[in-house]
Order: sequence, then structure tokens, then C-alpha cells
Amino acid sequence: MTAPASIRRLVETEEILLCCGPGGVGKTTIAASTAMLAATTTPGRVLVLTIDPARRLADALGLEGIGNEVVRIDDATLVAAGASPRGELHCAMLDTKRSWDDLIERHAPDAATAQRILANPLYQNITGRFVQSHDYIAMERLHELHGTGEWDLIVVDTPPTRNALDFLDAPARMEEFFSSRLLRWLIAPARGGILGLAARPFTQIADRILGTQFLEDITEFFLSLHSMYGGFVERARAVARLLSDERTSFVVVATPEPSPLREAEFFLTELGRRQYEVGAVVLNRALPASLAEPATEAAADALAGDMAAFAKASATELGLDEATCERVLRTAASSGRAWSVVARREAAARERVARDARLVVTVPSLDGEVGDLEGILTLAGVLGSPA
Amino acid sequence: MTGLLDRRLLFVTGKGGVGKTTIAAGLAALLASQGRRVLACEVDAKGDLAAAFELGTVGFDPVEVPGGPWVMSMDTEASLREYLRLHLHVPVVGRIGPLAAAFDFVAAAAPGVREILTVGKLCYEVRADRYDAIVVDAVATGHILGHLAAPQAINDLVKVGLIRSQTDWMLEILTDPTTTGVVVVATPEEMPVTEAIELVGAIRDETRVDVASVVVNRTLPELFGVRDEVAFGAIAAARPGALCERRFDGIFDAARHATARRRLAAEHVARLRASVPDAVPIVLQPYLFTRTEGRRATHQVATSLAGELA
Repeated sequence: MTAPASIRRLVETEEILLCCGPGGVGKTTIAASTAMLAATTTPGRVLVLTIDPARRLADALGLEGIGNEVVRIDDATLVAAGASPRGELHCAMLDTKRSWDDLIERHAPDAATAQRILANPLYQNITGRFVQSHDYIAMERLHELHGTGEWDLIVVDTPPTRNALDFLDAPARMEEFFSSRLLRWLIAPARGGILGLAARPFTQIADRILGTQFLEDITEFFLSLHSMYGGFVERARAVARLLSDERTSFVVVATPEPSPLREAEFFLTELGRRQYEVGAVVLNRALPASLAEPATEAAADALAGDMAAFAKASATELGLDEATCERVLRTAASSGRAWSVVARREAAARERVARDARLVVTVPSLDGEVGDLEGILTLAGVLGSPA
Repeated sequence: MTGLLDRRLLFVTGKGGVGKTTIAAGLAALLASQGRRVLACEVDAKGDLAAAFELGTVGFDPVEVPGGPWVMSMDTEASLREYLRLHLHVPVVGRIGPLAAAFDFVAAAAPGVREILTVGKLCYEVRADRYDAIVVDAVATGHILGHLAAPQAINDLVKVGLIRSQTDWMLEILTDPTTTGVVVVATPEEMPVTEAIELVGAIRDETRVDVASVVVNRTLPELFGVRDEVAFGAIAAARPGALCERRFDGIFDAARHATARRRLAAEHVARLRASVPDAVPIVLQPYLFTRTEGRRATHQVATSLAGELA
């Protein structure tokens, strides 16, 4: 019989765990905690690759201002935070701009072409300003790190994209982009001079909209990029293979609220359709389980119905003012009723998700926010405890 | 300063998951309830804005909500088609698929080109004067600068041509604080507040668009006053008499949870107040315990916004 599915088992068996899900659900924290769980329960070398961590978390992981370097959180720091490390915990952040520059330099046919691309204002705009460029480069960097063979497990916090699945399609889109007829069509006449280009109907319209100079800039940019065609396409394919490799598993992170859950369910469907393996669904920041119990609402009614007696008993036993006790208990009862409504909604949502996923792990919201190693360690404990 | 509700064009943005759509829908519903003709436009085509008004799929052509705003969903291809028809007198019969694909292709490399189709359409609606107010359920924090700065980016990159000649009047609309405003939505948590603070700064530094307000969504009411909280702590610790029964666990857990969350939230709101210029009003929106979606929720948000913005 195989061991029951658990996060603990995932960090023991997988080589890559991709934490994905809608924005604002705590993906980075869950990724860091999963890596922490791995480093404290397995003897391996673990790397967590984050994309855009909150500053406090980046500080906690020692990532502030380190660019593309990989840093190790040393054992002394882990022990000081209360952990008993079995393996090594390393962290890295994605520096999109620098990763793109590295990529261009690696694939350009010669230094002059690389320089021409790096200096192109369009290139600088795309890589520097536009978040979409996170998508491909994050997967490319993952491929590179995995390829070094230095890590037993890499946990990836996927980029915050407008469409949360964009990063999955990024390698395919990149390949499509470079092999498209449109690109060849746009570039072909440019080789014979811009005048040939101007004769085409599209460019006639585009010329009226955008102006010839701009079209020339764009064409030159594509022409330079096109010289890297082979290398790019090959890499994009390798990255795509890595995502569907059996050593790779996805962890879908969401909070038990309607909108994030809808996105998470959409995610599960899409991952399934692409035949990617979903290791677990993590429902982060859930309310305490006691709130969802049917007894809670009945208890609130019982409390409200016999308020005077409860208040009197409390006042007498604790030496408090009876009116104060009554006010406090009335407030507590009505807050309990309000929150139990929310908690029941969450519980129903959890059941719905559980129908589509092999493993659903609920992580209760902690009293504070997770912004230090202690907090990450606490969450690692929650993730690692049997469901 | 022109009040939030007196502007013609409002971009509602914020970190993913903070309830941008809910706030945008609430604002549109509120403006409509004041008798104004309102266009509510969803930019990311997820359908959440239409859902806030319980409409089915909504496209580029606005659909009227009875007693509410007109709702549309941005579609850059349709916007391109409209643009070509209006400005180039290009006969756009039937499909413009190949042209749109080519345009997409150029847009992939040229920052601002795709964005200008969105921003341009919205500015065009301001100029066309068919609506009293336009509320945009805009893209999230990471993308909004690209949208707001698109006309300027095009201005910088494209030296001649029709698009260039169009950016001046767009910039005029966008940078007029009596016409246009950005509403930054956050929740009282670390990352959303940090992103809101950074975004307010970036909008002021990188565009000349005015920030009309920061809305802090899902703020919890204060459960206990200071003295009552002490009393609650004592009762929760001792659980005297029948209160020690397990069935009361949920009630004490809920109050503890609400108090802890509220305390944390108050710290983040204080940080927001300290970091955002005084000229930017901060509007608090309550947490909705019951229905969090649909027309009923939208109505609740509109009502509480009316109270806050009055």
C-alpha cells in the first residue's frame, strides 16, 4: 500500500514543487514554509525560488538586495529560530531584468548582436517594465537551477501574473513567437530594406498608426532576436518538458474565499487538462475549525437566550461587573454567529475542492502575519502534520 | 480638490485579491443611484464585474443594469476595430483577425501599444460624453502603471503617426485631476498595504494622474472597547460555569480571532495613513460577513461607500 498523500511525502519524493494560485493568498509564504519543512525533515539540499517576496519576508530569508544570487540560511540562524535542520535551506529571488540579460548574452550569436539587443529601447521596456516577462524568465531560471543538479528539491513561488496560468504557457508562447510565420513575414522584407515592407497592406495601416521610424525600430529588434531562434526554441522546449516531468508537482494555493477559490478550481481543471501532476491544494488563512461546527451557532443562541445567568455566573466567579460581563458575552455571541457563517461557507468550499484534488491541506490563519523564520517554521509544522 | 464622486473617469486598482471589482461595482452602483449615467468597464475580462451585477457574459457593447450602470468588458481587438473605423476610415468589414494578430505581435514588443487601446477607449468615452461617469475595474497593481503611462510611453517611443497625434488629448484627460482619478484598493494586511503605499508613490512619480483615494476594504469593526477586552480576556481564560463546555469553543475562538485580526489591521491602517500624502483620503470599507458577491453585496458596498464619501 502506498503511503497516504501528504505535503511531507511530497517534499520527500519530488524534485520540483511549483506553488501556484491567485494573487494575495500567501503563495510566497507557503513556498518558503514548504521548503522549510523539507529542510527540517529530509537530509537534502533545498532551494526556495521566490519571485516577489514581501520585504519583511525577504529580510527574514536574507534576500534583501541580493539580486540573482543563491543564499544559504545557515544552521545557526535556523536553530535560533527554533528549527532542527536536517538538510540545507537555500533561498533565491528572481531578478527579471538580470535574468533576461544573461539569457540574451548566452544565446546571441555574437557579442555585437547581444549588445544591439541589450541597448534597444524596446528590449529595455519589455524586460524592465512589463510583468509579463516574469513568466518565461521564471521558468527559464528554474530550468537552469535544476540543470545544475545542486539541489534535491526546488520549491518555486510562481510569478504574480494577470492570468495566473500564463507562466505555464510561456515556454510554448515563446516558441510560437519565434517560429511564427508572422515574424518571418515581418522580417523578410526588412532584410531587403524597409521600403519592401512598406508595400504590404498591414504595414500601410501600421505605418499610418505608428509611423515608419517606429516600425523600423520594431523590425530591427525582431531581426536581432530572430538570430537567437535556435537556442531559444530549444530552451523553451526543455523548460516545457521539465514542467510535465514526473519529478515535478504542483501545489495550488488559495484562500477559502469565493474569488480565489474559483481561480483555484480553474487552475485544477487546466493543470489536469495539460496532464500536469497536482500534488496538493493548500487552503491558506482558514478560520479555526471550531467555528464551522454546527454546535457553535446553537451555542450562540443558548448564550444569548440565557445571557443574564451566564453574565451573573461570570461576574461572581471572576469578580467582574455584571453589566460588563453581559455586554462582553453578548458581543461574543453575535461575533460567534457572524463568523460561523463565514466558517461554514469556507467548509463547504473546502469540500467542493476536495472532490477535484487528491490532497487538500487547510492552514489556519495565524494570529500574527508570517514575516519571520519563526512564523515560517510554525507554518511548516502545520503543512507537515498529517491531514 | 474634486471629490471622488465628482470625477468623470475612475480607475480602481490594487493588489490581486483585495476586492477591486467589489469596490468598482459599488462605486458604479452608487453613482448610478444618484441618477447619473454610468459606464462600468472591466479590463481583465474575468467576468467578475458582470457577476457583481448578476449579468451573464458581457462584451464590448455595454449592457444596462436596470436602475444601475451600463456594464462592458474591455476587448482590445474590438477597441482596435472601433479605432480604425473612427479614425482611419478603414473599411473594417467582418474579421480583422489577421490585422489584430499582427497588432498583437507589434504590441508584444512595443510597450504601451496594447495598453493604449484600453486607455484610449476609456478616454474616448469621456470625450464622447455619452456617460456622466466611467468606473474602470482596472488591472492590478503591477500593470496599472503600464496602462496609465501608456500615452506617455507612446509619446516617447513613437515619433510620428496617428497614434502619436492621439496621445495629447488622452494625456489631457488623464492628467486633469477634476476629470480623472485613481482609486487604490487594499485590505488591512501587510502586502496589500505595502503595495498600495508603493503604488501611490509610483503613480505620483511616474505619471501625472491624480490618486483620488485609497480604499481599505474588509476592515473589521472593533469588537470590544479597551476595558471590555480585558474582561473578555478574563472570561475566555477562566471559562466560568457552563461556559467551559466545548460547544462554546467556537464563540471564544471567533472573538479571539476577530480581536487579533482587528489589532493587526489597525497597525496596517496606521502605517498607510503615515505613508500616504495627507491629500489622499483613506476610506474604510467594512468586512461583509454574509453574502460577498452579487447584487446584494454590491448594494451593501454602495450604501457604505455613500456613508463614507458623503
